[in-house]
Amino acid sequence: MDYSQFGAMLPELIILGIFLLVFLADTFSADGSSKKFLTPFAAVLFLLGTVAIWVVPSCGEAVFGGMYFDDAAGRAMKCILNCGVFICMLQAAKWVESDEMKMRKGEFFELLLVTLFGMYLMISARHFLLFIIGLESASLPIAALVAFNKNRYESHEAAVKYILTAVFSSGILLTGLSFVYAFSGGSLYFSDIAAQITTGEMSGLLLCALAFVLAGIGFKLSLVPFHLWTADVYQGAPTSVTAYLSVVSKGAAAFAFFIIFVQVFGQVYSAAWEWMMYAVIIATITVGNLFAMRQKNMKRFMAFSSVSQAGYIMLGSMAANQLGLASMMFYIFVYVVSNLGAFAVITSIENRTGLVSMDDYKGLHKSNPYMAVAMTLAMFSLAGIPPFAGFFSKILIFTSVTGSNSMALYMLVLIALINTIISLYYYLLVVKAMWISADEPKIAPFRSGTCERLSLGICVLGIVFMGLVSCVYQYCVSSVGESFFLALN
Amino acid sequence: MFGNILIWFVIIPVLMMAGLGLCRNSGMKAIRAVMVVGSTALLALAIWLCVDFLSLRAAGNDAEMLYTGSWMWYSPLNIHLAVGVDGISVLMLMLSAIIVFAGTFASWKISPLPKNFFLWFALLSTGVFGFFISIDMFTMFMFYEVALIPMYLLIGVWGTGRKEYSAMKLTLMLMGGSAFLMLGLLGIYWHSAPAGGELTWNILEIARNNAVDPSWQGMLFIFTFVGFGVLGAMFPFHTWSPDGHACAPTAVSMLHAGVLMKLGGYGCFRIAIYLLPQAANELAWIFIILTGISVVYGAFSACVQTDLKYINAYSSVSHCGMVLFALLMLNQTAMTGAIMQMLSHGLMTALFFALIGMIYGRTHTRDIRQMGGLMQIMPYLGVCYMIAGFASLGLPGLSGFVAEMTIFVGAWENGDFFHRAFVVAATCSIVITAVYILRVVGKLLLGPVHDDHHRQLTDAGWFERFSTVTLIVSIAGIGCFPNWISETIQQSFQPIVAAIQNAL
Repeated sequence: MDYSQFGAMLPELIILGIFLLVFLADTFSADGSSKKFLTPFAAVLFLLGTVAIWVVPSCGEAVFGGMYFDDAAGRAMKCILNCGVFICMLQAAKWVESDEMKMRKGEFFELLLVTLFGMYLMISARHFLLFIIGLESASLPIAALVAFNKNRYESHEAAVKYILTAVFSSGILLTGLSFVYAFSGGSLYFSDIAAQITTGEMSGLLLCALAFVLAGIGFKLSLVPFHLWTADVYQGAPTSVTAYLSVVSKGAAAFAFFIIFVQVFGQVYSAAWEWMMYAVIIATITVGNLFAMRQKNMKRFMAFSSVSQAGYIMLGSMAANQLGLASMMFYIFVYVVSNLGAFAVITSIENRTGLVSMDDYKGLHKSNPYMAVAMTLAMFSLAGIPPFAGFFSKILIFTSVTGSNSMALYMLVLIALINTIISLYYYLLVVKAMWISADEPKIAPFRSGTCERLSLGICVLGIVFMGLVSCVYQYCVSSVGESFFLALN
Repeated sequence: MFGNILIWFVIIPVLMMAGLGLCRNSGMKAIRAVMVVGSTALLALAIWLCVDFLSLRAAGNDAEMLYTGSWMWYSPLNIHLAVGVDGISVLMLMLSAIIVFAGTFASWKISPLPKNFFLWFALLSTGVFGFFISIDMFTMFMFYEVALIPMYLLIGVWGTGRKEYSAMKLTLMLMGGSAFLMLGLLGIYWHSAPAGGELTWNILEIARNNAVDPSWQGMLFIFTFVGFGVLGAMFPFHTWSPDGHACAPTAVSMLHAGVLMKLGGYGCFRIAIYLLPQAANELAWIFIILTGISVVYGAFSACVQTDLKYINAYSSVSHCGMVLFALLMLNQTAMTGAIMQMLSHGLMTALFFALIGMIYGRTHTRDIRQMGGLMQIMPYLGVCYMIAGFASLGLPGLSGFVAEMTIFVGAWENGDFFHRAFVVAATCSIVITAVYILRVVGKLLLGPVHDDHHRQLTDAGWFERFSTVTLIVSIAGIGCFPNWISETIQQSFQPIVAAIQNAL
């Protein structure tokens, strides 16, 4: 075995290294006071690692017999996820300092890094075995994160729900893969399977396999009708974990979805899974929106909003080309900063007052104007209002979808556009509560900590400038090479 | 980039926002200073642009757009920040600058949160100015939406009456319109060049390519026209307008009825008609029916209202319907009239809303049944109101007459029965307009004083006079010297009319 091949796995090695360092630091700092430095230590280390992953170019060839492939697009995806994780770390800083959490904050960061490691593998795997390893190490530790609030009943309930759905969905996915194995002639390499699937042979087995794989990953993405766990888990989990679940975990699943469906099932794109996704996307966007309208609990609200946003993210897969993938990456990046911007506010408020209902936000602009402004920007960005980044990401993804000039896709975009109006309604409800409601504020003025401000600042900067400067999008486009779509007919 | 004068129409409001960001809510003087300096600069810039534009034209520069500039933005999709103006855009910029200027003074004593109010107000102006200078569909659409969303908070926070309901209704309806619009624009983009050519968002290039597939034009025309038509208060998508205007604070009503509704009309001919001329010829009849209904229905509705703002809002539905109606006549005279109607209506409605705001600020009611004889108490405001009313019903010498006259002359050029029948119906709306205007003037201004408490009320303050005089001068200016304006407009319409003719 040629050990130099491990050199190609630079991003994974970096994450592994950070994980080990954090783990050692955690182990050797026995008492609470010496654990103080753990948060900045992890965050700074992680930031350096991210920069390294971003700067060092990928080697650009498949290693381990084609099992693992770290290309420029994969690097860009990993960087996007890293941004999300970094912001999540900052947001959690206040929460991990609470009495209950103080001794266990090392675990929090370690679990975070392990799941991220799994997501990296999901993105770079070109063999289903490696993919499953990635998927499992990305989802099982999350259950531990969801259950992190030891003393809260809801947290446990959410964890149980999460782990049951995670295992169940993995089971479905594996069933689908066993079908794939059956007709691929005994290989689980993406390229081998793709070579076996040709447009002419639309067997029932293949259709079953597609449906099962779609369902399996659909659970992770919380696409309708596989979304039922979302609201309960989001509500029960500690808010910092909810934030992580809603952006990073979802983003990784979306990337993996795109890679698998284009590189493995690309040949039967128009024959089979285009219409499957067509239906699923419409259902996801619409159902997510309709349920979000009635939510009063902010975490449930964000859960349904994120279901609907997942539908928009998956629109990128309807344009299975360079623009589609780049728009999807950009959309996820913007979604990361917008959603985490909202969660930064929700977390800060919950950490101080324990209030999470939309009604509690009434009159927020009187007591905490900066929080209200940040939340407003996040809501506008999520709703796709210019000049904020969400507008650009939405338009770019719509543009990529309509590129083939097929009437069916125009209608899909029309449905998505009409849904943006529905989503605007409920995002404005939050704005209304904060700015228009005449009630006296329930939330007393508070000063937020440095980390919280930093995370909020990053999010606000991202929301305001990411669309106005086009370089982020151009980076996404340039990272997606033509070779990515070779399997597509 | 910064050498292009047009860019400054966007930069100045952004700078205003930055300046306001530095002020505090209690620092009213600083806030006013920023707003006055900014809006004066915009007005000066607009006047300078107008003069310079006319002198360039006089010097024989007959390019379709002047001051063009184009900077690459999103290169993978060929999205540019592209600017350029023709005569119509110059006049629209002028109109917007006047109304922003007057609106600043009309909201001199806004409370609470003056800083936030003016921040959103400046953002709205950014959108409006940006829209009129853009010739790239993407940037145009972006600015269009930038102009819409501040309305939600402006009405929701500073409005009166059922403000939450109205703000939500207005925002969702307008955004709903822009959803259709977006789809239309996407369709135009993906058909913007003949096969193999480079796709573009640039309006001039698309018009030159004239490559939109005829089988797609119909659908795209309907999407874009309805999209812009919603903002132009086209029946049956006008219902946001009365509620929205009635609840909005004065300056917002002014800006919204005065400028924002013009965005709809402007977009209709600049994008829907110009870029999809074939469909415009074929499908104009659908929208002639709808806008014809707007004109008459709006006027009748205004007759039965008792709230001053509702009267004016329905009157706006009628007048803005007239704008779209005239555009759909698809000939140069009527379209010229449409632009004049936009200018006229913009100024006159702004004046109306400013006056209603001033009256409401004193009497605390907008119900005409509870007021009377205000002419005795506040003669200055009364006279202004009458002037606005006369402009609205088309008295010669004021702007309304010129505009409506041009529209009807142009509309009559279409010889078939269908067009003529609708023109006759639309002409009748002038009479109805006279009915509701004179009814209000009679009840509100003349006759005995209805409420003795009103006797202590004061007449307009200096900032209010300033705001109204600006508008009245402009209205009378257009009414007395319409020639230079109509010539400028006519000349700008040539390429659009040529496109329509070629597509026949």
